Amino acid sequence: MTSTLNPASEHPAEIPEYPMTRAAGCPFDPPPTLRAKQQEGPLTKVRLWDGSTPWLVTRYAEQRALLADPRVSSDITRPGYPSSAPVTGSSKVSFILMDDPEHARLRRMVTAPFAVKRVAAMRPAIQKIVDELIDDMLAGPKPVDLVEAFALPVPSLVICELLGVPYADHDFFQDNSKTVIKRDTTPEQRSAALGQLAGYLNDLMGEKLADPGDDMLSQLAERIKSGELSRQDAAQMGVLLLIAGHETTANMIALGTLALLENPDQLALLRDTDDERLVASAVEELLRYLNITHNGRRRAALEDIEIAGQLIRAGDGLIMANDIGNRDPEAFPDPDRLDIQRDARRHVAFGFGVHQCLGQTLARLELQIVYSTLYRRIPTLRPAADLEQIPFKHDGSVYGVYELPVTW
Amino acid sequence: MKVTIDQDRCVASGQCVVAAAEVFDQRDEDGIVVLLNPDPPAEQAADVRHAAVVCPALAIQIED
Repeated sequence: MTSTLNPASEHPAEIPEYPMTRAAGCPFDPPPTLRAKQQEGPLTKVRLWDGSTPWLVTRYAEQRALLADPRVSSDITRPGYPSSAPVTGSSKVSFILMDDPEHARLRRMVTAPFAVKRVAAMRPAIQKIVDELIDDMLAGPKPVDLVEAFALPVPSLVICELLGVPYADHDFFQDNSKTVIKRDTTPEQRSAALGQLAGYLNDLMGEKLADPGDDMLSQLAERIKSGELSRQDAAQMGVLLLIAGHETTANMIALGTLALLENPDQLALLRDTDDERLVASAVEELLRYLNITHNGRRRAALEDIEIAGQLIRAGDGLIMANDIGNRDPEAFPDPDRLDIQRDARRHVAFGFGVHQCLGQTLARLELQIVYSTLYRRIPTLRPAADLEQIPFKHDGSVYGVYELPVTW
Repeated sequence: MKVTIDQDRCVASGQCVVAAAEVFDQRDEDGIVVLLNPDPPAEQAADVRHAAVVCPALAIQIED
């Protein structure tokens, strides 16, 4: 195996900090330093909050190859793992931070409800939720905050129904989820918020054990009874599903709407089509273009790996920056243009490899229904604030907008 | 075209079903891939190839 010297490591001062900052006035584009690093080469070094210098993987092909490589680990407790914050006892939120075979064993306990046909059967129920929220918006005062009135309630109602979580508790779980995923949350605050959520899910699990219903938490309760799953692990899974189930999709709804409003030609194409394939294509393109998980997919190398002329050593940290990977001109020509008619289905917005997003089929369906309904029912929808006044989630591990005032 | 799948590697993303529903399905109990037709006709070849490209677990192999 040939070893290639990494020039960056000889000049530590030139190693940029990660995560990076987006350019002012370009809220939909990845940070310019990420683009510069991508042009520099497929693998460069970055510096994290703790002074560690993992590899930054910026190109689509290498990101896919490494995310699918069994020689990389998702285990946050591994030496070299490039964590985004200090690792505490509560860092290991369920199987997303574990390796196979334990990861696969646990993941397969919750995959059935996300199968394509099972999710497709939810279409009428989700359409009803979307229609009713739009009815309420149209009947209420304007301008209105689209995040509060629509983007957050849609996925929250859907995941509550699927899991068997009472929607009445949405303020509690939305607030704690927000704390968990903010970049500037202290480890103590994050730990406390996760503890609150775990306690809540543990209580709910008790109710499902005593009085099971037709929902995912009751199915997990069955696994506790059969001895396949500890009650603590079941509660942790519930926390993961609840957070992932509403935060990500909510941000795609609000940020996607803003991106479309800023690209009126694309919005018009989407609003005026009856073609389900174009709607599906628009969802894939918005996932690619916005790539809201802008903290990178993080791994640690378990063995030496040679890729793109570079030798990654066992124990090196790896950050696959999927936001810039989805803007790789080699994979997506004219990558910075939002084009809902392009074939973007190969994007890595949901990650790649065995950890790829569990709920992606549900997220797609929710977004297809939202994007094909909202602009059609409110054709004059427009922002009620200038782009500069809209608060973006620069400090979130999931990108989006905190508020989106709209009128019509 | 000859298609083979690896159910042990599959992570139930369901992307193969979205790409080529005539060729791939999912098990009811855990969403793991089921191969409906190991020898799909030529008109489905492009969809099957796309399914193999987007499979996150690289669980679909194609021989021409």
